Amino acid sequence: MRRLKPVDVVIVGGGWTGLLMAKEITSRTALSVVVLERGPARKTEDYATTMDELDYAIRLRLMQNIAEETVTHRHSSADRAGPIRQHGSFLPGTGVGGAGEHWNGISYRFLPDVFTLATHWREKYGRAPLPEELAVEDWGVTYEELEPCYWRAEQMMGVSGKAGNLRGRLIEGGNVFEGPRSQEYPTPPLKSSYLSTLFRKAALDLGYHPYPAPAANLSESYTNPDGISRPGCAYCGYCERFGCMIGAKAQPTNTLLPVLARKKNFTLRTGCWARRVTHRDGRAEGVVYVGPAGEEVLQPAQTVVLASWTLNNTRLLLLSGIGEPYDAASGKGTLGKNLTHQVGAGAQVFLDKPLNAFMGSGSLGVAFADLDGDRALDRSSGVLRGGHFQTGSTGNRPIATFGATPPGEAESNWGAAWKKAALAWRDKVAGVGFSGEHLSYRQNYMDLDPTYTDKHGDRLLRLTLDWTEHERRQAAYGGGILAELAKALGPKAINLSPPLGRYTVTRYQGTHIQGGVIMGGSPERSVVNPYLQHWRTPNLWVVGASAFPQNGSGNPTLTVLALTYRAADAFVDRYSKRPGALL
Amino acid sequence: MRRREFLTMPAKSLGGLLLYTLAGEPVRVQAQDGTVRVPLRFFTADEARVVAAACERIFPSDENGPGATETGVVIYIDRQLAGPYGRDRYRYTKGPFVESVPEHGYQGQANPREIYREGIRLLGDFADLPAAQQDERLQAIEQTVFFQMLRAHTIEGMFSDPMHGGNAGLIGWQLIGFPGPVMSYRDEIDRYHGLPWRPKPKSLEQVTRRRVKGWEEEVD
Ligand SMILES: Cc1cc2nc3c(=O)[nH]c(=O)nc-3n(C[C@H](O)[C@H](O)[C@H](O)COP(=O)(O)OP(=O)(O)OC[C@H]3O[C@@H](n4cnc5c(N)ncnc54)[C@H](O)[C@@H]3O)c2cc1C
Ligand code: SF4
Repeated sequence: MRRLKPVDVVIVGGGWTGLLMAKEITSRTALSVVVLERGPARKTEDYATTMDELDYAIRLRLMQNIAEETVTHRHSSADRAGPIRQHGSFLPGTGVGGAGEHWNGISYRFLPDVFTLATHWREKYGRAPLPEELAVEDWGVTYEELEPCYWRAEQMMGVSGKAGNLRGRLIEGGNVFEGPRSQEYPTPPLKSSYLSTLFRKAALDLGYHPYPAPAANLSESYTNPDGISRPGCAYCGYCERFGCMIGAKAQPTNTLLPVLARKKNFTLRTGCWARRVTHRDGRAEGVVYVGPAGEEVLQPAQTVVLASWTLNNTRLLLLSGIGEPYDAASGKGTLGKNLTHQVGAGAQVFLDKPLNAFMGSGSLGVAFADLDGDRALDRSSGVLRGGHFQTGSTGNRPIATFGATPPGEAESNWGAAWKKAALAWRDKVAGVGFSGEHLSYRQNYMDLDPTYTDKHGDRLLRLTLDWTEHERRQAAYGGGILAELAKALGPKAINLSPPLGRYTVTRYQGTHIQGGVIMGGSPERSVVNPYLQHWRTPNLWVVGASAFPQNGSGNPTLTVLALTYRAADAFVDRYSKRPGALL
Repeated sequence: MRRREFLTMPAKSLGGLLLYTLAGEPVRVQAQDGTVRVPLRFFTADEARVVAAACERIFPSDENGPGATETGVVIYIDRQLAGPYGRDRYRYTKGPFVESVPEHGYQGQANPREIYREGIRLLGDFADLPAAQQDERLQAIEQTVFFQMLRAHTIEGMFSDPMHGGNAGLIGWQLIGFPGPVMSYRDEIDRYHGLPWRPKPKSLEQVTRRRVKGWEEEVD
């Protein structure tokens, strides 16, 4: 094994979190930082010729090559796990920028009570018992503490939107149910598509409070506090699963990398696959990786940061033998617990006018949060937490969207009758959706698979995950509201998604996988402290949605970035001056 | 080296005649005596005939417009199978291969090439049957991995950029009013509310004025 010269900080993963940590540390200290990214280099110019649905949205050319490494899944501890052989329910990224290159850009904040859910429930329900299997925890950070970091993340990306609660003052047209914001959004909302206009009206008619979905896709040209300028979105409709060819969508390569490129204390190494964190006596010593030519390399470092997304953050700790793996039977151990995804329901609404739905942007849409959290819920509903409702004009591309027909109109999904119906309804099908909080449970967790391995022979991560009755009720509750909403759109026909059955890996449900390396107030119940520093190995930091003890109803990345800013502040302001446990 | 196989079809049935060779060079296939001969990369001529006939039943050419034949779907499928996708370069193919629950999707060992070869073999004399009998045969295999692949690939071949071999002459996009890649809808997104906006479709090459290679052209 080749042993390199030691550096101050080595970061595993060159996506949103890894590059944000690198930017903050190299901008505010003289420490040397090396980022190891296993995928290729990427830049905006690469995306000039990638508006091709087949290669990018269907064959997933920008995603991690699952032939080299995947995860296995089983529904319960009693089952045998099978490998996810082709991409399905979530889409891990690869290369510089990670999944942040080909995300949608939807940038909700979480509700304040998500961060203190255990306490919130104790206050709301007193001693009344909640289901035994729940593993919900407080995060160890409050919304108020995180608010300035949310604001910095929004400024860095230039998020377009409209505030609904400015320092306690409620504002019509924004999300009046959100936590108080210190500032208005950096840029105004995106333009309104026809579908957005219809949805807004339907929601208002039903008495809800629709607002424009906050978008990291700029509504107008914008310069962020780092001096990085980007143009407004062109609504090209080749957004999620693609990189933005003009840089309107905030991506790590167009917001963070230009800053990092000027830093002498920053080094980015692509094609470097981290396999282990080496450690001794409660101290991380460095990272062992396989370089581009297949050579084994040890990069010693004073501090190690894992920023390789939920799955690899968890897996690298398990493979390295750092921390106590969670044991679902006894409830002992913390590493790997509280695995969550996202609860969803949807409806197709067949309208009588064309939508020109090929126009759009990854985050263009309208949402309402009247039924988010549990403000509007009582125990008798059997639903503990709700979610938000939305429509998206993200750009309908023909391979993925052609062929929808109203229930009963064509007997089969091929042949002349289907073709006729599908042609008649093309561009008249609107999607509306429900996105609910996924709570954490004792029986949903991650550990190492005993059978399957990656291309280096390392054991794969195993997900043990299934929906419970609660998620099925949540989805049914969301589906009921969606049906009302669909009716208010004046449809010719409606197609509701089927009831939530067992967890399936074949249907895309969002790249929102959380948990495994959760944060919290004590080392007995969490792996990292509220600054994302490892409780037992203080020169090891683990950033990303792996820290979420349970999920919010919105997409995770803005919250991930806010937590990363907070971690970077603690690192720079305290830890870099006096290395050691912050708590 | 495999023997060179060609797909021979009536010139007027194929919407666009610009095709690419394996090396990615554009060639104009000359229509002699009313037929075109398209060099095949994976299928034999007989296999191509079976697949073309099956795709035509999935997306028929009829009074509602052109279908799989005019757009050259079989050429699209031939190229996909010849490329890395056909050999499962992007699927996890380590064993053991064990039948799993339906929620885990296809768990088999066979790659798309093998699935097609076996599926075509089972379709037998399909290409020579009357349409009604062809439909019956497809109905009988509707639940198979092969048929689901064939249906998905037919739609892909109809509506993907012509650089991949299908959607010849942009007929697929014209059929559904899809403009193809357009750099900007800034001026249209909040106009044309409820009104169709249907500019003449353009391919990625026409829009970018650059020759773009599909992933299937990548040699590995
Ligand atoms: C299609 C799509 C749409 C999405 N839309 C949204 C949205 O609208 N809103 C939202 O909030 N979120 C969205 N997301 C999720 C969002 O992209 C992620 O939350 C975000 O990118 C996570 O950042 P990260 O830094 O934790 O991980 P990533 O961005 O995934 O970066 C992790 C990096 O680590 C690298 N890596 C992993 N393992 C190793 C290893 N062993 N050695 C070296 N490098 C390694 C990977 O290659 C990758 O580049 C979407 C994701 C996808 C795929
Ligand atoms: S829709 Fe807008 S943000 Fe998305 S890729 Fe196109 S121009 Fe970029």
